[in-house]
Amino acid sequence: MIETKQLIFTYPAEEGREPSPALRGVDLQIEKGSFVVVLGHNGSGKSTLAKHFNAVLLPSGGAVYVDGMDTRDELVTLEIRRRVGMVFQNPDNQIVANVVEEDVAFAPENLGVPTAEIRRRVDDALAAVGMGEFPTHAPHLLSGGQKQRIAIAGVIAMEPETIVLDEATAMLDPVGRRDVLAAVHKLNQERGITVVLITHHMAEAVDADRVVVMNRGEIVMDGAPAEIFSRVEELHALGLCSPDTVELLYGLNRGGMDLPLTAISVEDCADAIAVALGKME
Amino acid sequence: MEPIIRVDHLTHTYSAGTPFERSAVADMSLSVLPGEFLGIIGHTGSGKSTLIQHLNGLLKPTSGHIWLNGQDIWAKPKEIRKVRFRVGLVFQYPEYQLFEETAYKDIAFGPKNMGLDEQEIDRRVRDAAAFVGLESALLERSPFELSGGQKRRVAIAGVIAMEPEVLILDEPTAGLDPAGRDMILSQIRAYHQARGTTVVLVSHSMEEIARNVDRIVVLHSARVYMEGTPAEVFAHADELESVGLDVPQVTKVAAALRARGVAVDGATYTVEALERQLLALKGGSGPC
Repeated sequence: MIETKQLIFTYPAEEGREPSPALRGVDLQIEKGSFVVVLGHNGSGKSTLAKHFNAVLLPSGGAVYVDGMDTRDELVTLEIRRRVGMVFQNPDNQIVANVVEEDVAFAPENLGVPTAEIRRRVDDALAAVGMGEFPTHAPHLLSGGQKQRIAIAGVIAMEPETIVLDEATAMLDPVGRRDVLAAVHKLNQERGITVVLITHHMAEAVDADRVVVMNRGEIVMDGAPAEIFSRVEELHALGLCSPDTVELLYGLNRGGMDLPLTAISVEDCADAIAVALGKME
Repeated sequence: MEPIIRVDHLTHTYSAGTPFERSAVADMSLSVLPGEFLGIIGHTGSGKSTLIQHLNGLLKPTSGHIWLNGQDIWAKPKEIRKVRFRVGLVFQYPEYQLFEETAYKDIAFGPKNMGLDEQEIDRRVRDAAAFVGLESALLERSPFELSGGQKRRVAIAGVIAMEPEVLILDEPTAGLDPAGRDMILSQIRAYHQARGTTVVLVSHSMEEIARNVDRIVVLHSARVYMEGTPAEVFAHADELESVGLDVPQVTKVAAALRARGVAVDGATYTVEALERQLLALKGGSGPC
């Protein structure tokens, strides 16, 4: 479990400017095995928060605990990074080897895992992200979505408890995005790996267990996707939006209809409208 | 109407003569019409980036031609630089290419290379900054002190300041939040309307394409797979999915409603349009 207590973080200020905290007292508990999406506009503090989960950043105030270990304790930094793996936005910035399987083996090699065990982990990790057919490919010839899945496999090969994806789908096309999301949902469901997904794409939050919304360095909303997305006006005020299904229902309600804003999926949304128009029971 | 840009049997082969030989664009023909807002969609590797780099002469065709206002842009290879002033290209993540001391100097870089005088450069920098919504106080700042969205707008202003006849934007909203995306796109739309400039938008977001463009070209496997108005293209949901694309979510809702006997247009592709149709239906069927 990851826990932040009154977490405050301030980036060093430029000369002559007042430092302004990027995180202002964040209290958050991420349960083991959950799938949590963090939303917020650019500059809301969501990436800064994520970088605290594996000690890439250390608190200016308050504390962060990973399975009870304090991230400020240097003696446990490596263990925390093994348990919590990060995948970043740009697929081209996180691949270190010329061959896919060597890239995936990089972290377990550094952890001193025996060779036979590395082989098993690499094969297993590549299969888990649907890249089992590509062990000897050159990463630079793969698509963005494939590269991101290689990066995820590299994290999986450490056998982590949590994967944090920091806008990892932002540079991908619709298929790449869908494949990466399918891979992380599968890891969450089949292996119980905790997933923290940071994104600007509301549609990616629909299937999460929980949605956390950040604004100006604080958590301002926290709940199930259907509950969060039904608060359309609050989201708009934060510079965010709901999925288009909910935006449609919201618009229809303003036009005098009375539809549930919790019908997020295409099918549920169509059902709700059809019933209201007397086309369905 | 005479096209402003005509892509004429364009082929571009990378690593020709090696085992890695691959045609990123194969015998592709298409037209960009003057004053239109054209959308280009296609999955990664479909040939989008290779195509747009030919439109302003950054890449030279392996075979075929690019005609700009009826002239082959490679007729005089030494003058290819002039084509780059007439067809402005904003790359993906253009903020990585900012390099000057101030935002002002960065925006002025293109006009300066065109050999314009100081007064004209100043007018263009200020006009371009206003179009992308940058306050003049920000112009004296270092681009590196600006937020991500502001940097992106400085980079776009740098291309607009050349006052190109055609403005091409490759994924201009990638990595921005919804408010940032709306802002950039509404500014591009306003610029398109005010100046009548031809705009070509490359995007992975079907919603973004649906809301902005007059016409769509769909690329697949180095070729033009489909073209038409948004209504025409998004009516082919199955074909689009088969080539790794998608239709807007609201188009899926419209299809699901039709399957339930609600008489909406299956080719609806914006929330507002579907909302209008449904409210009209509700009005017609009395209070429910």
